[in-house]
Amino acid sequence: MLFFFPLLPIQQMQFMLLFSRQGKLRLQKWYVPLSDKEKKKITRELVQTVLARKPKMCSFLEWRDLKIVYKRYASLYFCCAIEDQDNELITLEIIHRYVELLDKYFGSVCELDIIFNFEKAYFILDEFLLGGEVQETSKKNVLKAIEQADLLQESQNEDWGGLSEDIL
Amino acid sequence: MKECMVRLIYCEMLGYESSFGYIHAIKLAQQGNLLEKRVGYLAVSLFLHENHELLLLLVNTVVKDLQSTNLVEVCMALTVVSQIFPREMIPAVLPLIEDKLQHSKEIIRRKAVQALYKFYLIAPNQVQHIHDKFRKALCDRDAGVMAASLHIYLQMIKENSSGYKDLTGSFVTILKQVVGGKLSADFNYHSVPAPWLQIQLLRILGLLGKDDPRTSEVMYDVLDESLRRAEINHNITYAILFECVQTIYTIYPKSELLEKAAKCIGKFVLSPKINLKYLGLKALTYVIQQDPNLALQHQMTIIECLDHPDPIIKRETLELLYRITNGQNVIVIVQKMLDYLKESKDEYAIINLVGKIAELAEKYAPNNEWFIQTMNAVFSVGGDVVHSDIPNNFLRLLAEGFDDGEEDLQLRVYAVQSYLALLEEEDKLYPQKFLQVMSWVLGEYFSLVTDVDPEVILTKLHSLLKKTFVTSETKAWIMAAVTKIASHTSCSKTVDELIQELSSSLDTCLRQYAFELKHLCEDKALMKSLFPFDASCTDLVVDASLSFLDGFVAEGLGHGAAPYKPHHQRQEEKLSQEKALNFEPYGLSFASSVSSGVTGRQSPTGLSFGSDTSGNSAETGHKETNTLKLEGVRKLWGKEGYLPKKENKTGKGNEPQAVPCGSLLAGQVGEPPALQPDQGASLSEEDKEKQQLASTLFVGLGSSAGVSLMGKADTATQKFKRKSKINETQHLSEEASDLQNSAASDFGPLLDTVPINTEDSEGSMHVRLRKASPCSSDNVEDNLAFETPQSLRKSMLDDRLSSNRLSQSSLFADSNIEIFQPSPSAQCESASETPLVPSLPEELEELPHSEVVGLCQSDALALHLCKVWTDDSLLLIVFVSNKTTSALCAVNLVFEETEHFQILESTTSQFPVIEAQSVEHCQKGMRMNKVCTQAILSGSVGYQSEMETRLEFSVTLSLMDFIRPMEMTTEDFGKLWLSLSNDVKQNIKMSSCQDSFSAALDTLQRKLKLHRVDIIGNEGILACQLLPSVPCLLHCRTHSGMLALWFRSPCAALPDGLLYQCQKVMEES
Repeated sequence: MLFFFPLLPIQQMQFMLLFSRQGKLRLQKWYVPLSDKEKKKITRELVQTVLARKPKMCSFLEWRDLKIVYKRYASLYFCCAIEDQDNELITLEIIHRYVELLDKYFGSVCELDIIFNFEKAYFILDEFLLGGEVQETSKKNVLKAIEQADLLQESQNEDWGGLSEDIL
Repeated sequence: MKECMVRLIYCEMLGYESSFGYIHAIKLAQQGNLLEKRVGYLAVSLFLHENHELLLLLVNTVVKDLQSTNLVEVCMALTVVSQIFPREMIPAVLPLIEDKLQHSKEIIRRKAVQALYKFYLIAPNQVQHIHDKFRKALCDRDAGVMAASLHIYLQMIKENSSGYKDLTGSFVTILKQVVGGKLSADFNYHSVPAPWLQIQLLRILGLLGKDDPRTSEVMYDVLDESLRRAEINHNITYAILFECVQTIYTIYPKSELLEKAAKCIGKFVLSPKINLKYLGLKALTYVIQQDPNLALQHQMTIIECLDHPDPIIKRETLELLYRITNGQNVIVIVQKMLDYLKESKDEYAIINLVGKIAELAEKYAPNNEWFIQTMNAVFSVGGDVVHSDIPNNFLRLLAEGFDDGEEDLQLRVYAVQSYLALLEEEDKLYPQKFLQVMSWVLGEYFSLVTDVDPEVILTKLHSLLKKTFVTSETKAWIMAAVTKIASHTSCSKTVDELIQELSSSLDTCLRQYAFELKHLCEDKALMKSLFPFDASCTDLVVDASLSFLDGFVAEGLGHGAAPYKPHHQRQEEKLSQEKALNFEPYGLSFASSVSSGVTGRQSPTGLSFGSDTSGNSAETGHKETNTLKLEGVRKLWGKEGYLPKKENKTGKGNEPQAVPCGSLLAGQVGEPPALQPDQGASLSEEDKEKQQLASTLFVGLGSSAGVSLMGKADTATQKFKRKSKINETQHLSEEASDLQNSAASDFGPLLDTVPINTEDSEGSMHVRLRKASPCSSDNVEDNLAFETPQSLRKSMLDDRLSSNRLSQSSLFADSNIEIFQPSPSAQCESASETPLVPSLPEELEELPHSEVVGLCQSDALALHLCKVWTDDSLLLIVFVSNKTTSALCAVNLVFEETEHFQILESTTSQFPVIEAQSVEHCQKGMRMNKVCTQAILSGSVGYQSEMETRLEFSVTLSLMDFIRPMEMTTEDFGKLWLSLSNDVKQNIKMSSCQDSFSAALDTLQRKLKLHRVDIIGNEGILACQLLPSVPCLLHCRTHSGMLALWFRSPCAALPDGLLYQCQKVMEES
């Protein structure tokens, strides 16, 4: 009998969630294909579990067959799911680096920045983590890439705006 | 539109349905300006997943953007490709992305590498040709690009570490540079140079150095350096340290480094920071098997962690304890686990822990009472979430028993007594699985307990039956128990009552039981014979062919009934009747038609007497008869379909001395000297308690300070050792003997006709075939007693043999298939090296096979391998030759299990004795489970000479070893073609020598073992199958010097693999 299992890539990170102390989701990024129903279920369970933990407790959680690494910054919880054999501490530092990046980009970031500019937060995340792996570890390079895109986009935007007016 | 899309993303995040907007996200990415495109791509990557159907619509946009001159557009396209991309469409963008590897901007190169990494993950076969480009990326001048390529390497090395040993030096150099701070300060993180890069490299080194002293040698220095550099007190350095420690313990050990690593672990464990403590425990768990003394050093910390308020720490500690359990500390450890279990609510954790407790209890139980009580706790706490293996194994243990009959009896008596006591409490709710276990045990062994009236047991079971919380499955178990008890008692009031009650039950299953019971009660003799006492382990002989029905069938046929047709035959007939449209999947009839020759008469096997469950089991048995072995099927009463045979029992080891809990004395043996000063009079009460606990926990660990002192390793304490059932499949040997017979019969007339045949068989290829195995001719001669020393006669015979082989093999019926072309000189060389040249047994000699190649050798022993391609599998023939002058004992050959291959039967072979200067062989049938173009199967051989020695070896198996031609008609091809969904198309350039279409087809046919179905004009169709029966169809067409290949197969990975082989073959020729 032959079995053909679907190829399950072994990725460093399975998903990343940002949620507030009230349990409101602020950002979600999934690096594994899951159905909406599953995503919702996982989010609900995790938010509950993490919020129930006391501040002095360990930042790591075993949850199903995954490891959850979370950290709280002000009112926001950053929460990553990794494979069991992965390095928890480095994941914690990935979270920290992401916060640093946000901080640098927005200039002392707060929850509201992420709420109102969450697409920007996604862009930064995509430059930093790609497909569940750390893409660029240099803070300077990430921000440069973002700025470049922003700049080009704005100038292009003006060009386009002019063009469309001409046509009209 | 852009704003709308941003809002839609937000809505989606809040959990509202927004699938209506997905198509607009794709549109936005396609048509919008840059700003809109960016949002569009983002939305797509958030909304869709890899398998989403709308994703196909994005491919065109991506291709367009990849070709754009605007850097930002290219970046965006690459970003989305590295996150989600449909597998089938990879060929469309692959060349574009390959080009980007040479791009002048590092960000583009980096993203291109990331995209290729993604492709490697989802379809490794498609990026195989660019492996050398990965090497170029590894040497890229930009550190970011290099770092990105490490992801790919980590993944590839994980799958096959031996293929990349040559890169070890490069990785070590890179790590040295990184650690030495040679990278630009941009990559620093809290003044630590590129920590992510370091960790990635450490992981790679760990994988490369595993069990390989030579490769490990190279990396000792740099690991030492990393340990030394990581000194700053910051999380990130701890992360690196942790990875270092893990690598050091993974690679071939070096005592100096191990010492340092152990010190590091100490730092973790003793840290006041809880995160570090957790990691310390994790590291301890990881290294404990190699270095149990480390646990002794930190035993007090471990004890503290056991009572830690954070359940996560507790759980990790239990995991650690689980690893150090032995016969002496099992009671305490299991008690701790049960305590945790009672507090835990997480289902996943419960299942996990319950399994561990059951395993420990079976392995190390000090006595019967404890074992039964622990299992009771497991069942009652674990409830119905426990894995069904646990109750099954438990019952099997009870039923099979051990060597000592007295012991068995006690265990069973104690079990019955404890269950009766538990059932005493009227209102207590027990989990269903626990009730099932109880009822089985009570039914089977009630009579062992003499002081309890069976009537009492019956009343208890009766009252259980009336409870509403008992499911009907459990009720069936209880009824089975009642029936068994009833068979051993004279008429009972409860039974009568029960029959009366249940005869009108709404549950048909129970009603049937009641009627059966009623009939059996009326015929006590029959009942006695049906339910012999303690017969759960005896084999029931099942008449697999259902011969007792022959009379009935004959009568039926006599009355004009239609003869029975098997399922697949009926299906085929139905198919042929309705030619027009066919909705049946082809795979099914295909598979069954293959097996139809094997089992002429299919019959249900799992038949049991009088139980209505037999209806189900018979049905499933019927469906699976292709795979079920008919002999030796046993049936345990009830739903346990599987009690294995009682075999020669392994000698029960010395009984472990039960250590009374909390006894300090018992623990003193295991007390490390480091602790003794602490035991002064100044100990507080609490500390004393902890000391006590420690001594009971770590008992047996310190007493023998060797590496192998782990409890798990010493077999003496394994009490409840599970007996393994050895599968004796005679299938292969039968087949082999068949072949032998046919071969022998063919040789008979051969001798007379030799002179005539020499002229016929002058074909050069035949000679070549013969040369490939010069050694085998001796074998043939020996066995058939042909005394033909003259070389002329021999070659004549050989020629005849080889032609005979070709005509016989049904497999490679196309006579121009090139099977192998070994150079004769190589053969001679290997022959001169080893005096013992193994030769194939002549029944296998008939089949197409490879040359015999050496695998590995030592002074005493040499291993040779030959691949034999049979019709239904790949046979690996391993020859073990004893080069010494004395006999070798207990030679044990073990193949490692891999995900790619499936080894039919067992993975090990044993030769009790190999005589001096002689060759033994064994054969292993192989199948491919996961399609890959080639993969490595490794294994080892161990033998006993003066001391135990192991030799490692590895074999490379390619996809082509598992591909066989598939014969079919053009019509069948058409049908099958339409039913298959996975297809891959590719154009290949034809080289000048194969300008004609048929020449190209010939090449494919010859080299790839494809069957040519038909050629019409400039189109041709070919078919082959991956063993056992996964078809792959190929349609090819020529136009202007190109050969368009189009594969289809039910298995997604197969066309990719075959395409790769085709490309290789066409390039070669």
